[in-house]
Amino acid sequence: MPKNDLTFLLGGEAGQGIESSATGFAKAIAHAGLHIFDLRDYRSRIRGGHNFAQIRVSAEPVTSHRETVHVLLAMTEEAVRRHYPQIPAGGAILYDEAMPVEDAIWEAVQARGIQRFPVPLRKIAEEIGGAAVMMNTAATAAAAGVTQFPFSYIEEIIRVNFGKRGEAMVSANLKVADAAYRYALEHYAAGFDHTIEPIPGAPPRMLLNGNEAFAFGAVAGGCRFAAGYPMTPGSPVLEWLAGHANQYGLVVKHTEDEIAAICMAVGAGHVGARALVPTSGGGFSLMVEALGFAGMSETPVVIYNAQRPGPSTGLPTRQEQGDLLFSLWASQGEFLRVVLAPGTHEEAFEAGWRSFNLAETYQTPVIVLGDHFLATSSRTLEPEALDLSAVKVERGKLLSPAELDALEGEYYRYAITEDGVSPRAVPGHPKAVYVGEGNEHDYQGRIAEEIEDRVALNAKRLRKLETARQSMRPPKRYGPAEAPVMLVGWGSTVMPALEALRILNAERPTAQYLHITDVWPFPAEAVAQALGEARVTIAVENNALGQMARLIRQETGIRLEHFISKYDGRPFSPEYIVRGVREVLHA
Amino acid sequence: MPSMKDLQGRDRPTWCPGCGDHGVLNAVKLAMVNYNIEPHQLLIVTGIGCGSKLPQYMWVNGLHTLHGRDIPIATGAKLANHKLYVMTVSGDGNTYGMGLSHLLHAARRNINITSVVQNNQVYGLTKGQYSPTSETGTVTKTSPPPAGAIEQPVRPLALALIAGATFVARGFAKDPRYLADIIGKALMHRGYALIDVLQPCVTFNRVNTYDWYSERVYKVEEQPGGYDPTDFAAALEKAQEWGDRIPIGILYQVERPTYEDHLPAIQEHSLVELGVHRDTAELERLKREFM
Repeated sequence: MPKNDLTFLLGGEAGQGIESSATGFAKAIAHAGLHIFDLRDYRSRIRGGHNFAQIRVSAEPVTSHRETVHVLLAMTEEAVRRHYPQIPAGGAILYDEAMPVEDAIWEAVQARGIQRFPVPLRKIAEEIGGAAVMMNTAATAAAAGVTQFPFSYIEEIIRVNFGKRGEAMVSANLKVADAAYRYALEHYAAGFDHTIEPIPGAPPRMLLNGNEAFAFGAVAGGCRFAAGYPMTPGSPVLEWLAGHANQYGLVVKHTEDEIAAICMAVGAGHVGARALVPTSGGGFSLMVEALGFAGMSETPVVIYNAQRPGPSTGLPTRQEQGDLLFSLWASQGEFLRVVLAPGTHEEAFEAGWRSFNLAETYQTPVIVLGDHFLATSSRTLEPEALDLSAVKVERGKLLSPAELDALEGEYYRYAITEDGVSPRAVPGHPKAVYVGEGNEHDYQGRIAEEIEDRVALNAKRLRKLETARQSMRPPKRYGPAEAPVMLVGWGSTVMPALEALRILNAERPTAQYLHITDVWPFPAEAVAQALGEARVTIAVENNALGQMARLIRQETGIRLEHFISKYDGRPFSPEYIVRGVREVLHA
Repeated sequence: MPSMKDLQGRDRPTWCPGCGDHGVLNAVKLAMVNYNIEPHQLLIVTGIGCGSKLPQYMWVNGLHTLHGRDIPIATGAKLANHKLYVMTVSGDGNTYGMGLSHLLHAARRNINITSVVQNNQVYGLTKGQYSPTSETGTVTKTSPPPAGAIEQPVRPLALALIAGATFVARGFAKDPRYLADIIGKALMHRGYALIDVLQPCVTFNRVNTYDWYSERVYKVEEQPGGYDPTDFAAALEKAQEWGDRIPIGILYQVERPTYEDHLPAIQEHSLVELGVHRDTAELERLKREFM
């Protein structure tokens, strides 16, 4: 009997409560010591449309969803129609007994050997709970019953989730859950192969998504100011920070538009607060002029772009890695910006604090490229996985008030230096009165149009490109070094790619994965060296044009031979990558 | 207390001789002298335009930014270090064109910054196009004859009042002492202050000249029967008075809690004073929220 290795899919319409039910259900299973990967798929609307949460449960740590679904909790006929092809023989569809479903669909379901588990979800919700809205509670409890997952975990989550709404609400939901759980357990558990069994002695784990990991990292890194305008999938970072502002000493501003957001952050950064702007590609597009101002005035600021498919409004709630090259060159003129592309929750946390160090050390904007998949997918992590002891605060050549007190002679904001980085003072000290300039200027910050000044200052700023390159980390390499195929990707692709490696390398070493996290200034030498050891190279990117492959070619001269592309608005699955690799190998 | 000499910049202004911006520069310096504001205690954030070069021509913290974006940049600076005086200086194209929405939002927030707008009703630095405050019919290269400018001009003081500004005033560049007094009072005011400055462009605006304004301006507090700057309806009426008579002075001033007053994080220390280090034990506790 397969134990502790299965995927649930909760599918239904927006407004049916799928999102919160799935979160509670995943948390309950995590509390039992199991690992979770929770993928979210939703539409850009408040009510209706097909949404789902795909919750993978495992005894071992997991870094991605899998395509196969073992238990489908279908709240609508559409959920059945869309997802039954993902269910293997022996899998099950759990649904309200009164839900109408076309005969043709049930016939197809039957032909695949999928089991049907009708449960009187609505009846239980209405008759025992007194409200149809409790069908969600009934459905997740029934899913627990089918898999013989102990009810106590469901009970605990209900108490926590509904506790704020009063004892009556807790009690009604508990009764509904209990009835649905028992019904499913009694009718279906014996005939269903998969079970979830708590793992005794498992450490308590966090369950968090990439947005939360990044926001937490930013707080750990001393972020004091955040400004943003709501835009999926970046706005949860703004919301999370706003919710923690009073406790952790932050000012978080929901602004009139994205231009105001980055401008406020640049203003805050100029006077010395660590400032963040969470957004998505459309918002970032609006910020581009101010990005250049930060570059010219040498002001630290961090921009978090949780990418989604463009151009324009594109697919607001979906996945793409289409903003890479845009991030590298956005704005008129030439200046240093640092671009990081965290791929996992751990890396998102690290980018949260590290980005501020880079921004202050190089006195320039730092762009953190997240994406929808990382931003919205939750994973279980041991608390130590987000390593607070590794968090360092580096402010570069920022002069302290004491250093300024001791300063002899004049302070020059844009002093010419060998590494391109000038000593930085923030306004407020009598010895460091200066003008931060967006026009070309001289070393003092005076507007300057002379050839000597332009050349000297432009060259100074651009020297930071090479200085900052020293802070860029080489790509991470996963999989057996002798594997002939080298997959090359960036950002969240690493999560399904790691699972793909497990599949591809099950029999013999076949593939390794080169994961580029520090994108700009490009760690060209390290990438070229790794690629030099590969026999077959394949770019894996959630875009159509192979932007990283182009960047690699631009920076190293190496052309990746093959490209596994995906631009349908959905993230890579491990299986998709495996199929892509096999196609290349068998071509 | 700084002297006028202490506020002398490294460079002399590059403005045209006779430009109203010279008066504004003098007024800003005078306000600092009169109200005892040292150069390091004030941050002047400017946009883009002739007048936005102002911090270059005096001794003060400046930040010369982008066209239309000085107000949000100043807002961020104020929120991060509310112990600095923060002021924006920019023109009518910058503030009433590109940056108009930021002005209205700053006003409704009542963020404690002062905006000085050099309003010459024309674009100077780009050489003479019409601006958001140009009168209907104004003929320029981008508003050619016969119609000239087709739109109604922006009435900035009325907009600021409606948006919720707690200090709304108008000055005249020809009278820097009077303007300095308004600027000083605006800097001392707790809340958002807009000062529209009649600032003749001697090169591109041959209509709204020093003489043209001199014939029309009057000080609200000198009108017969006096003037009550806390009377919103009266202020709104004055804010729309334009033509034969143009009011200057503090049209409106009331007390309302500032945006910063509502932020628990900065009641004791500024964000900059709070620094960048956070307590590890506190952060460890934060992890439990995710469990």
